[in-house]
Amino acid sequence: MLNEQQIYDILSEIPDPEIPVITIKDLGILQRVEIKDDTCEVYITPTYSGCPAMKLIEDQIQEALKGKNVGKVSVKLVYSPTWTTDWITDEAKEKLRKYGIAPPLHSTVDKGVLIGKAKVLKCPQCGSQNTEMISQFGSTACKALYKCLDCKEPFDYFKCI
Amino acid sequence: MTKQEALFSYTLRLGDNALILGHRLSEWSSKGPLLEEDIAMTNMALDLIGRADAMLKYAAQVEGKGRTEDDLAYKRGERQFLCNLIVQLPNGDFGYTIARQLIMSAFDICLYEELVKSKDETIAAISAKAVKEVKYHLKFATDWTLRLGDGTEESHQRIQKSFNDIWMYTGELFEMNEVDAILIKEGIAVDLNSLKARWKKIMTEVLLEATLTVPADTYMQTGSRKGVHTESLGYILAEMQYLQRAYPDAKW
Repeated sequence: MLNEQQIYDILSEIPDPEIPVITIKDLGILQRVEIKDDTCEVYITPTYSGCPAMKLIEDQIQEALKGKNVGKVSVKLVYSPTWTTDWITDEAKEKLRKYGIAPPLHSTVDKGVLIGKAKVLKCPQCGSQNTEMISQFGSTACKALYKCLDCKEPFDYFKCI
Repeated sequence: MTKQEALFSYTLRLGDNALILGHRLSEWSSKGPLLEEDIAMTNMALDLIGRADAMLKYAAQVEGKGRTEDDLAYKRGERQFLCNLIVQLPNGDFGYTIARQLIMSAFDICLYEELVKSKDETIAAISAKAVKEVKYHLKFATDWTLRLGDGTEESHQRIQKSFNDIWMYTGELFEMNEVDAILIKEGIAVDLNSLKARWKKIMTEVLLEATLTVPADTYMQTGSRKGVHTESLGYILAEMQYLQRAYPDAKW
């Protein structure tokens, strides 16, 4: 039977359904794996309470472990510790930027962004800081919609929570 | 009433408020005045329904009778719901929805920032998540209250009327009963009276900045804590529960 680390490594490869360039591990959704008797418990945490991707992620986890020597798989949704964008690794943030999504700023500097006034956000296409918020709520629960006033392109910002 | 019964009732109350307000906001889907606002309101609906899912799941677990969160949402009758009257009210115009959202987001921020300290770990964890999301909801409702209040003569007059009309449903938010008494003693629930001053302060600041008048606290409508609801709740449930009533246990 595979051990906890081996299972964790397999699950680390699962891409996020909404942003396939990063994995559920990069995002901090995948918390930990615990083996209890013949059951493999996988703990995941949602980015937002109502994130519709959670069910899909659960299915992906079941799928990834199908046919592997792991016993019964039980996916558990946990709310504590509360998910924060600060868990996203620097490497994953760079992947987000290349994909065209402005990565979340650290929660300590995001206050100005939340108010929508501070110009601290860089356009992921041209790097200009001359950007403006269009809407706090974007294409998914975790993103806000911005536009670049220099290259005129709209872009998603992975908002900090 | 045992502690377990009180906790079941309390989590239902929190879950039902999120569920019904989320359902109301979802009704704006494809009907928002601007595409961005349409998306914003459905995003908030998603946060609220997510919170309802977590709370009702926990309620079902506390009850321990084998029911699920879906059973609680789809198979309870009107009198068994414990959501406040204000979340049941029909959306009205955009300004009316914004007025209700400001009242509820301000209330939620006061409530959940305290519930983060609850001795019940599950409630504390769900609350920590809620606080992060509600900050965005409050910001959204505040922005639009300012825009409509300090906007044109018509928008000002209409949102003022919305606040005036809805105000009599705000008193009930702070009402407490035996459930609160038991759980406050256990360090699980918050004393709702202690939230009132802060809620009023947020409301007053936003309304005054929006050049609006804070309505006077006169007659306050109550009933929801006893399961006596507005006429609207029955209509919401008729739509929301239709599928599970017509085709019990249907899955897709």
